[in-house]
Parts: sequence; C-alpha cells; structure tokens
Amino acid sequence: MSIEFIQEVLPRLLGGLLLTLQIVPLSLVLGFALAVLVALMRLSPNLLLSGLAYGYVYVFRSTPLLVQIFLIYYGSGQFRSFFQEIGLWPVLREAYWCAIIALTLNTGAYTSEIIRGGIQSVPWGQIEAARACGMSRLLLFRRIIFPVAIRQALPAYGNEMILMVKSSSLASTITIMELLGVTRQIVSETFVVFPTFAMAGAIYLSINFGLTRGVQWLERRLSPDLYRPRETGDAIAH
Amino acid sequence: MKIHNLALAVGAAVALAAGTAAAGDWSKIRIATEGAYAPWNFTDSSGKLVGFELDLAKDLCERMGSECEVVAQAWEGIIPALQAGKYDTIIAGMSITEKRMKVISFTECYAATPATFVVTKDSPSAGFKTDLEAINLAEVSGDEKTALDAIKQEFKGKTIGVQVATTHLNFLNEYLAGEVEIRSYDTQENLDLDLDAGRVDAALAAMSYWKPLLESDKGKNMVVVGPGLTGGPFGAGVGVGIRQDDKDLVAKFDEAIAAAKADGTISKLAVQWFGFDASCK
Repeated sequence: MSIEFIQEVLPRLLGGLLLTLQIVPLSLVLGFALAVLVALMRLSPNLLLSGLAYGYVYVFRSTPLLVQIFLIYYGSGQFRSFFQEIGLWPVLREAYWCAIIALTLNTGAYTSEIIRGGIQSVPWGQIEAARACGMSRLLLFRRIIFPVAIRQALPAYGNEMILMVKSSSLASTITIMELLGVTRQIVSETFVVFPTFAMAGAIYLSINFGLTRGVQWLERRLSPDLYRPRETGDAIAH
Repeated sequence: MKIHNLALAVGAAVALAAGTAAAGDWSKIRIATEGAYAPWNFTDSSGKLVGFELDLAKDLCERMGSECEVVAQAWEGIIPALQAGKYDTIIAGMSITEKRMKVISFTECYAATPATFVVTKDSPSAGFKTDLEAINLAEVSGDEKTALDAIKQEFKGKTIGVQVATTHLNFLNEYLAGEVEIRSYDTQENLDLDLDAGRVDAALAAMSYWKPLLESDKGKNMVVVGPGLTGGPFGAGVGVGIRQDDKDLVAKFDEAIAAAKADGTISKLAVQWFGFDASCK
C-alpha cells in the first residue's frame, strides 16, 4: 500500500464520506420521528391504529433492506406515469431520496419497537404517582413516560444507529456515490482491492467509534445514578 | 503421532502444489463472464449463461482441445478475481485498453463495435445527429472536433448513465466531465431501467449491445443518437483477458482466435448475435 495511492484516493473517499454523513443523520432523524408515532400507534387501544403499526413493523423488519431499496428505486421506475400523476415522481426520480425513504422506513420500523419497549418498561408506580399529582395525559407523556423510556431505550438505539451507518452502504447499489460507492468505483478503476476496501473499512470504524463514544456519554448524562462510583465489597467488609 | 500428522500435511501440500502446476498444460480452463451484457453474454430465462461470447468460448475451447468451465462474475470485480486466481480468463466483452494492459494481458481482438448514445423516443435529443456518422478518437480531425463539440453542446447539463469500470465511463470522464452529470451503474441492465424511467437523459454503451436491445420489446422506446465512437479511450476492440504470467495461455488463445477468424466462424457468430459483422479484421 503506497503512500501515493493513499494520497490519491483519500480525498475521493472523504468526498464519499461526506455523503454518508448526510444520508445517515437525515434518515435517522426522519426515522426517529416516524418511530415515535408508530410506537404510540402500536400501544394505542384502537385496534385499527395498532394493527396498521404492527403490519408496517412486521413488513419492514422481515424483508432485507436491499430488497426495500430496489423496490422503492427500480420499482417506482416501473410505475412512473402513476407517480407522475400524483406528483411524487420528482422525489422518486432522485436516487438520493429513494435511499433516504428506504433507510427511513427501515430504521423507523426497528426504532419503533425499541421505543415501544422503552415505554412499556416505565414502572407503573411512576405513572400512577404522576396521575395522582393530577398531570394531564400529554404532560404525563412529556415529563414522565418519554424521558424514562428514552433512557431505557438508549443502549438499543445506539446499536440501531451503528447498524444504520453500515446499512447506508447499500445505497451504493442505486448509483449513490457514498463511501462504499466511491470505494467500489476506485477499485474498479485501479484494480487495487485490498488497500481501498481496508481504507473504507477504517473510515466506517472511526465513524462508529465516535458514535459509540457519543452514546456512552449520553447514557452517563441521562442516568448518572448508574455510574456513581460504587462502594466496593471490601469497603463494606471493613 | 504429531510428526506423522505433520508429514501427512506436508505431503498433501506438496501434492496440491503439484496439482496446480500440472494445470499449466491448460487441459482445463476456467472462464469468467459477466452474464448481464446481452448479447455478448447474458443469463437466459432458465438461468443458463448464453450469448455471442459463450458460443465463441465453446468454439475456441474445442479448437484448443481444452475442457472449459464458465462462471459468472460481477463486472466490477472481474479483474481482481482473475488476478486472485479464481479463474484463468475473462471473456466478457472487455475492451483492450492501455489501462487494463497495465494489470492483465489480452489476446488479439475478436470483436469491436463503436460506442453510441441512446435516448428515449420522447427525449428532446431524440433527433440529435452530427455531420459525421463515426468519430475515431485515436486521431481527431477538424470535422471530428466539430462533431465532438456538438455532442458536448447537446448533452450539456444533462445526466448520462454508463456502466462502471467501462471504456464508456473513461470516455465520459475524459471528454464530457464538468459538462454533463455522469451516473455510473453496476450493470448495464440497471442503467436501461433508469433510462426507461427517465432518471438519466441518455446512456452510452456499445452499438453491439444497443442494436439487439432496440429491436426487442424492452428497447422499443429507445433510439440511437449521434455518431459512433471508436479509438482513444475505447481501446483496440474486445479481447480475452488473461493473467500477465500466463503467456502460454495467451498464445494458445491467439492461435485459436486467428483460426476462428480465418474460417469465418467469428463473423458468423457475430451476425447471428449482433445482427451485423462485429468481428475484428
């Protein structure tokens, strides 16, 4: 692996990284908003709402993301006149938005289950106490259920974010020149396989290193009680 | 006991090494093709690899007296996997270019066709023509320069789709970068889908690919525009790709290809698959 080669391809790889760093946060934010909505629908006593949410989660968790991306991108191309009529074609025409839609719907399904688990883990006593104080349903959700649920769900959500960073590489299959897309292009131009993929792997590794650290920091901030220095067994024995 | 096992292992390793060395007589040849570039090589509805190059490979193998096994390999990894020894030859519509010659060897050329742009029939470029019907980029004359400028003018600001790691992509990068948006696809078939869907304004590929497609139902909405392009980045026709160390295999193939050219087999296969004689002269 020569220094010249690294110098030549690194700027291009970083260009691809820039696109990855656009696609991932955007679909995470959109997916999270969708997930909160779906989780609430899923917990609703209304059978229609919870059924819809269940169906959506079931479909998107049980099919490969690659299939979803192809269905949304090449699938929509087959029904172009229909989408043109309802005015969605300008969005679906762009590979970028197709990737965002697929990734959003996919992470939305997984995240909604994470959030649902978080909400259901809120101790009943806390909810009762809040009700006893006379909180309205909205206030109860905002002040008690949501913050506690997020705290519970954070480790699992950290996992989901890491998975998304890696899943975004599938966008390269629909002409998007994000990190893996650029890597594959460089490999097919230069035929230098190992160093190029190794560099791409190292970049993904460092993104996820930062992400893991960020989640860890947030976990400590949100649950300081769990990270207080504990008295050791020895100290108790003395 | 341990020493015994070790001796066995060493023995096996030696036998294995001898086995690969014996393959040097090329009684068995492994051939890679892409299987997604009709009519050169593609997969039929039953999942079988067929096409001009499959027929050609069969003919060449018979001439060489070798037993050939054809495998499908994704285009973008086709050269690295050759170098890694996954197979011995590439017969996949691969043009002989200087860039590829740096990493692998080629036999002499067995087929060559110009590259052309294709657009959909409802495109504003559907009637695009230049004064010249063909441009050879090896030496660009005054008229050819004018025709190239006309291409630039016609596609300025538009999106042109092309398959990744092809001479066609190299041409776009060299001649039209900055003027047009270049979008690269993993397979030509995916590019066709996007041309049909209107996601790209034009597509660039070999005439030998377009002609049968345009005559089929899939291509009924597409039309060839502008001049045919050869030479320069398009290289010196299509040849068999072989590892640089296997000089004996190159010679073997060269001999078989020369014989197949001489008795008209390649011309016959080309007419059968492309509808015109695309064989190298």
